[in-house]
Amino acid sequence: MNFIWNLPLFTVVLSLFSGVVCMMLSPRAARNYTIAYESVLVVMTGCVLGYTLKTGTSYTYPMGEFPAPWGNEIRFGCLEALIALLFAVILLCSITAGYHFIRKDIDESKINLYFSLINLMTAALMALAWTNDVFTGYVFLEILTLTSCGILIVREIGRTTLAAARYMILNLMGSGLFLMGIVLLYDISGHLLMVPMRQSMALVSQDQSSIPVISLAIGIMTVGIAIKSGLFPFYFWMPDTYGWATPASGSILSGLVTKAYIFLLFKILYRAIGIDVLEKTPVLKILFVLGIIGMIGGSVNAMRASNVNRMIAFSSAAQTGYIYMGLGLGTVAGFEAAIFQILAHAVTKSLLFLTVPYLAEVSGNRLKFHSLQGSGRRDPLAAHFFSISSLSMIGIPIFAGFSTKLMFGQAAVLGGIHWKILVVLGALGISSVLNAIYFIRTMIRIYNDPDTLDKDPYGSHPVTDRSRTGFFLAGMVLSLLNLFLGLFSWVVSDVIYRGLGMFL
Amino acid sequence: MIQNLLNNYEEAAAMILFGIGFTTLLFHRNLIKKLIGMNIMDTGVFMLLASMGYIRGRKAPIIENGVTDPSVYINPVPAGLVLTGIVVSVSVTAVMLSLTVRLYKRYHTLDLDEIYILSKHQKEDR
Repeated sequence: MNFIWNLPLFTVVLSLFSGVVCMMLSPRAARNYTIAYESVLVVMTGCVLGYTLKTGTSYTYPMGEFPAPWGNEIRFGCLEALIALLFAVILLCSITAGYHFIRKDIDESKINLYFSLINLMTAALMALAWTNDVFTGYVFLEILTLTSCGILIVREIGRTTLAAARYMILNLMGSGLFLMGIVLLYDISGHLLMVPMRQSMALVSQDQSSIPVISLAIGIMTVGIAIKSGLFPFYFWMPDTYGWATPASGSILSGLVTKAYIFLLFKILYRAIGIDVLEKTPVLKILFVLGIIGMIGGSVNAMRASNVNRMIAFSSAAQTGYIYMGLGLGTVAGFEAAIFQILAHAVTKSLLFLTVPYLAEVSGNRLKFHSLQGSGRRDPLAAHFFSISSLSMIGIPIFAGFSTKLMFGQAAVLGGIHWKILVVLGALGISSVLNAIYFIRTMIRIYNDPDTLDKDPYGSHPVTDRSRTGFFLAGMVLSLLNLFLGLFSWVVSDVIYRGLGMFL
Repeated sequence: MIQNLLNNYEEAAAMILFGIGFTTLLFHRNLIKKLIGMNIMDTGVFMLLASMGYIRGRKAPIIENGVTDPSVYINPVPAGLVLTGIVVSVSVTAVMLSLTVRLYKRYHTLDLDEIYILSKHQKEDR
């Protein structure tokens, strides 16, 4: 057995171990430890990605050497490795750039506990990326829910506590439905491992009378994940949750946590149920329609939002709609576009959530649009990062957002179903225009000075007094990744395509 | 239809419990009652799992007198899943209770709508 085969398991176990270690460290040491550990994680997941790309096959790692269909399994191909690498990079960037606000928002005595939660969350994210067992998926899904609630409430103000309570209630409903769904699927198929489950689902679904039951099970499970990941009409928890969390948490919650849920759903739909069975049920069509409505609805709400954070949060809802639309297309090209959107959105949205607080900080800690007037002059670095991400969100060429929109368009055309082509292209057009309206409006605000410079209440000189190496480095990494996804999208989409090929 | 329900009364009861729990969690305004709803919902799922996992007339999967024929025993996996599920449910309940305590200390009420209105009046920066 090759040493690299062990790495996926190590990422989970070492993260759990780091969670315990951080509890015993001082705040500063906990931060340094976590940053060092996440860097190691980037290397480990990068190694797995390189190895799977080199060998061109996926590997199954039986836990405790029990063979399928009894044991628990980790399975990794280049798609899982790519997603795990993304998780590691975004986690690293978020805590590096967000540390300035972590120190401000969180009580000194609890900072090490915050990093401990981040490490536990890393374990859950990694496990969701690698697992090949549906019930293990559920357990780590709950751990992810608990830790994400934890990194929310660690900022002890009333609004975050309330936001966390509402977030938890919706998430508990989602988890309950998801659990019911997988229990029903287990009852139907008799397996929890994904590959044996697909084989027996294919057998069961040959009997027409079983289709309603299968549809019900898949439907319940999908609704559960849809609630947790904020698909239309379940996105109303997003603005409060993302807006009031400390920026590092907001960036992780919107960039990674919802994506991990969607990736698990994708894995179950594609690997544990199988596309042939799915096509006999209405689930994909419903996801497609809700995704389209979410794309437009999220953007409309973002236009009406009262402050920048709420605007970005609703824009996340719109971007989640894109992913579900890609899944709903039901073709390999559609899945490819959806996975690419997961990457592009994680890179873009986390940078947005990390920069907005810096802009607010030089504007009297206000997030209203009129307070941000001229903040681009007061904090040029943050404003530039904000613009790069905004342009990507709108879909300007050379940025990641453009590549995703192109891929969605291509996927729809390749699908060859006329009404779907029309609907997808129309929705992409409308959504891009709406995105352009609210992001460009905000950019103009940020770069435009107030009428009289001397009367600018927040000072007329750029800030220089903060140590911002972390923010600069993380912002640069995320911006360069954004450009890479935009300029060399074929490299990444080729990896995704090969990953989908070795997925089954 | 009715006969089917009566034959599968355990599953039907589990589904009804799940429904009761889910609607309580969704619609009740009191945080503690929401939590009770969540626990009822989870109990429904566990009951479904347990009833599906048991086959009448078979024994617990502990090998006695060297009999290894699988048709004598029941499948141990559902019971394991129920146990795991209970652990998860307990930890979630604990976190939610602590959140409830924190909200009550701040707003002196358990009514979620009231808390929402109260929090709107508080001024908090970013």
